[in-house]
Amino acid sequence: MADASESATIPITVDFSGGLEMLFDNKRRHSISLPATDVGGKPANIAFLIDHLCRNLMKDPRAELFVFDGHIRPGILVLVNDADWELEGEEAYEIQPRDNILFVSTLHGG
Amino acid sequence: MAPALCCNCKTERALIKRPKNHAKLCKACFITIFEDEVHHTINSSQLFHPGEKVAIGASGGKDSTVLASVLKTLNERHGYGLELVLLSIDEGIKGYRDDSLETVKRNAVQYDMPLKVVGYDELYGWTMDQVVETIGKKGNCTYCGVFRRQALDRGAKMLGIKHVVTGHNADDVAETVLMNLLRGDLARLSRSTSIVTGDSRSEVKRSKPLKYSYEKEIVLYAHHKKLDYFSTECIYSPEAFRGSARGLIKQLERVRPTAILDIVRSGEDMARLVPGESPSSCACKGQKSAVVPSLEDDIGGCASQNGRTPGGEMAAMDKQLRENETHEAVEVDVARAISENKAGGEKEKALPIRSSHGTSRGPTRQVLGNCKRCGYMSSQEICQACMLLEGLNKNRAQIQI
Repeated sequence: MADASESATIPITVDFSGGLEMLFDNKRRHSISLPATDVGGKPANIAFLIDHLCRNLMKDPRAELFVFDGHIRPGILVLVNDADWELEGEEAYEIQPRDNILFVSTLHGG
Repeated sequence: MAPALCCNCKTERALIKRPKNHAKLCKACFITIFEDEVHHTINSSQLFHPGEKVAIGASGGKDSTVLASVLKTLNERHGYGLELVLLSIDEGIKGYRDDSLETVKRNAVQYDMPLKVVGYDELYGWTMDQVVETIGKKGNCTYCGVFRRQALDRGAKMLGIKHVVTGHNADDVAETVLMNLLRGDLARLSRSTSIVTGDSRSEVKRSKPLKYSYEKEIVLYAHHKKLDYFSTECIYSPEAFRGSARGLIKQLERVRPTAILDIVRSGEDMARLVPGESPSSCACKGQKSAVVPSLEDDIGGCASQNGRTPGGEMAAMDKQLRENETHEAVEVDVARAISENKAGGEKEKALPIRSSHGTSRGPTRQVLGNCKRCGYMSSQEICQACMLLEGLNKNRAQIQI
């Protein structure tokens, strides 16, 4: 029997704004089920989420508009339940059930 | 990690970490402090006078939407006595400007401000779609930038307004400082740092009340106040050079958030060394802010991006910055020595300025006149817009033949 934790997922909502919607099906809000752990068995954190979004949710081939050198592109703000991710440990923040993660770009014009 | 408390009210949960000083603030304190700082900039630079009619250059984007919201709030809170109007430019680009103009129309209702839209077609007889059809995508940003610069002034004149405010933020100013530094254009660098542009000869004064506001905080302000704004990207080629400067600024901010305001301040300090130019920094000493002729600077000032620089350069710059910090103690002494020297009566000497073409023809102070065709402020006989239009109209004539 498979270990239950292997297939366990965390339900979260992910929002995109400031122009990032266009990379994700022109939709602002996505409800997703995030694997609870990464391949190494570590609890899912924001770094893992970003990778997961690039692989599974992004509809646009221009991943470089979202990530740069393997990290979130500078100029894109990340809010964890409305708080700046810099207050929450940035990439290392461990995702909790029903978290809302917002990615908002400051890079686009008006 | 236990949630951090706001360092201001010490009761609410902190949601914002300020790039300029790392202060952790809750939503309410952040909004108040952001507004207070813009008020301080307006006050100390004496930007407005009671009863003044002011046009807000409104694109529907984050910066101008935040500017409109903050000015409305401050105008009511502090009794500025301003008459605020939204002024939008329609470049005539289908599928780009339509949606953002809809946003501005909603803003006009939300903020209870009159809205005026002026189009390139009525001003110049050309929409940008027609320009691109004629000259192609390459170089079209030059046309758009030159046309936009005049369009805001002309729109303001139609409304009988002598002051246009724009949503340029600290990141924009830092980016322009960096670009002019890379071009070796110190004269333009000095003008770009000034909070007010346009002189007594030009009929319309320009200012940027958000000059010291971080783009990050502008976006967070819009987010937490749930402002209605629209993000878009021009469908024609984004300007590559400005894009790389922007990319560099954002990467610098990641490594050292204070870098953005530091670049703005460095730009202001360098401006003081330029002969004949004396732009204001935040004029806290209470002197009247200097007004600097703007001519037709910010060409292609649309916020296009896509700039990238290799990570290695950034690492080197970071290392350099850290080394600089260790040298700060030494610099403080030098600064003190210089200021003591000044107090001793020695006059501040201006540095000789090299022109961007490498010849040493001295300070590049431009002489202002008016365009012989349209009357717009220009350092040439014929202004840039009229030159560009002449080329375009010749092309149209050929096509029609």
